[in-house]
Amino acid sequence: MSPDSEKPGAAAVPGDPGAAARGTVTGDPELVAEVEGESGGDGRQGGPWAIAWRRLRRNKFALFALGVFLLIVICCLLAPVWADNVAHTGPNTTHTLEKLHEGGEVKEVVEPSGKAIGPQFFSAGGRFFLGADGHLGRDEMVRLLYGGRSSLFIGIVAAIITTILAVVLALLSGFYGGWTDTVISRGMDVIWAFPVVLLSLALGIVLAVGGLELGPIHLKSSSLWIPTLIIGVVYTPYMARPLRGEIFALREKEFIEAAVAQGAGPARIMFLEILPNLMSTIIVFFTLNIANNMLLEAVLSYLGAGVQPPSSSWGTMISEGFEALYSQPILTIIPGTAILLTVLSVNVFGDGLRDALDPKSKVRFEARAGTADPDAIGPV
Amino acid sequence: MLRFLVRRILGAIAVLFAISVLVFLIFNIVPATNPAARIAGKNATPQLIKNVEHEWGFDKSLPAQYWTQMKLIFTGEVQSYNAHINVDKRIAEGIPATASLCIGAAIIWLSFGILFGYLSAVRSGGWLDRGLTVLALIGVSMPVFWLASILLYYFTFKIELFPASGYEPLSNPAKWASHLILPWISLAVLFAGFYSRVLRSSMLDVMNEDYVRTARAKGLSQRRVMSKHVLRNSLIPVITLFGLDFGVLIGGGAIVTESLFNIEGVGLFTAEALKQQDFPSIMAVTLFGAFFIVLFNIFVDIAYAYLDPRIRLGTTAA
Repeated sequence: MSPDSEKPGAAAVPGDPGAAARGTVTGDPELVAEVEGESGGDGRQGGPWAIAWRRLRRNKFALFALGVFLLIVICCLLAPVWADNVAHTGPNTTHTLEKLHEGGEVKEVVEPSGKAIGPQFFSAGGRFFLGADGHLGRDEMVRLLYGGRSSLFIGIVAAIITTILAVVLALLSGFYGGWTDTVISRGMDVIWAFPVVLLSLALGIVLAVGGLELGPIHLKSSSLWIPTLIIGVVYTPYMARPLRGEIFALREKEFIEAAVAQGAGPARIMFLEILPNLMSTIIVFFTLNIANNMLLEAVLSYLGAGVQPPSSSWGTMISEGFEALYSQPILTIIPGTAILLTVLSVNVFGDGLRDALDPKSKVRFEARAGTADPDAIGPV
Repeated sequence: MLRFLVRRILGAIAVLFAISVLVFLIFNIVPATNPAARIAGKNATPQLIKNVEHEWGFDKSLPAQYWTQMKLIFTGEVQSYNAHINVDKRIAEGIPATASLCIGAAIIWLSFGILFGYLSAVRSGGWLDRGLTVLALIGVSMPVFWLASILLYYFTFKIELFPASGYEPLSNPAKWASHLILPWISLAVLFAGFYSRVLRSSMLDVMNEDYVRTARAKGLSQRRVMSKHVLRNSLIPVITLFGLDFGVLIGGGAIVTESLFNIEGVGLFTAEALKQQDFPSIMAVTLFGAFFIVLFNIFVDIAYAYLDPRIRLGTTAA
């Protein structure tokens, strides 16, 4: 038996009123036909993944958001190219006393008052495209691109860490139940009751001062991995809890019974029978998690517990820009807009993904609101 | 009900205990700097540091230190390392500011969240719905300190409409509100966006329930069906979410907002304590915050059972 054929949620229930009202199916005869074809069980229309993909492809808004996100990622990956060939400077190189020759004009990068040069775009051959960042006179555009690499790295890698931890914990807890479940769930209750920002700040500040030495792992206090690990760990319960609930429901299904009857061991049942059925939930959570991680990174860096200077991330850039908010608001607006655009594109795409994979939106609203997706709320 | 309460309260105490141990370990196993050296001041002799260590009990065993710390917190005698102020008193002084911020923001985000969510659901699929969805998504994606910075720049600097920062006591309501209006907005936007999404989704689910069809079949007007039958039942997830979010905020969770607008509440104190690694203060604010989270979790379970009679207490308490 293919585990996919048991997939709850991913395959739309024929004539599902929830999906119809949500507008995913309404007025779309082809899609309705697809859904009904699936229920016919002749397999002509492909599996639930094919349906989800077709539904996603139809959602131009979500695809556009994915495009924007990929564009941002590519731009940030190309940061060294811009730095070497256009701006001719590094992200941490200061230009405090330099002058910019532009046509006949000579401009100081940093005026004696401490006010830095504003955006030049291409008038200085790409140097100081977005101006300089306050009294150190570093190239804002170069910092923005390199900062984006840190922010995206943290957002994505932390989401991977959260996903792995949450899936393993949820599988152990949901499959074995009993004592294993009690220990894991109580542990998660503790992190759950711990204000997310407070826990990550506390860890961030302690580790930012002392670095981390855990067995073979040695992390310098300035390492990007420290905020990444912290963010990955603190969000784990928020993903593990809903997954655990789903596993509890799946455990009672016939196909698990069948697997047990065939003599499948726990590992096989967990990873080959249960896990594939969780994929749609995991994918949606993973995507939305990236958005939230980036917001948390910004807050941590802003409060001095995330990425450590002189490295830049969008959070540290806002933090530095905020000091000159009234003289040069643009230094706050630029990195803030970068975060907003990235997070927004991830959220829009994640939303589309959720509609495509799970039209009944059960990912978000479990029976008890306590397990609803708190991931959609960033730190305040 | 009583059994449920007793069990939840015991559970809450266990969670709070675990959290206090966790914070204690974070700050003692990963020793950042020697607190005694900091208390003793810049030009301290080794002897002075020894004395301070002895006086503050840093030379005792970890469990003993933990015990002393907890005793001090619960007897209200705990002192911060840095300014030597009474931490419990400082938290108590911060409560009015934090409560003003959170309650005001909560009123704004509930009103807008429910209004937008309702309109979105009623006009589902239409232009209004799409517009509101985009607005809501922008709201959830906005870093709160960025929105706050922009509000600060335009409304206190460009056009000097509101005072820049600080908190004024409620005794002067006009001044109180004018200082809080920008923080309220910054804090509320995020939640308003999220709540409108939650309500929309929940209403769309409820609209397909049989009893809604029955109500329509009886000939009730659209407006009446929507407000009396659909909205009422759709509000359950919103209310439960609200309980959880509000619990976090009232316990000092609005760290960023309070720091940005310099509102001297529990959140700002938390930020300061963390920056200075002032362990006793961090311990106290963490317990304070966690207490409210746990408390509101219990409230939410009770409210949930009350609002939805199909749920029986005791079985939902997972």
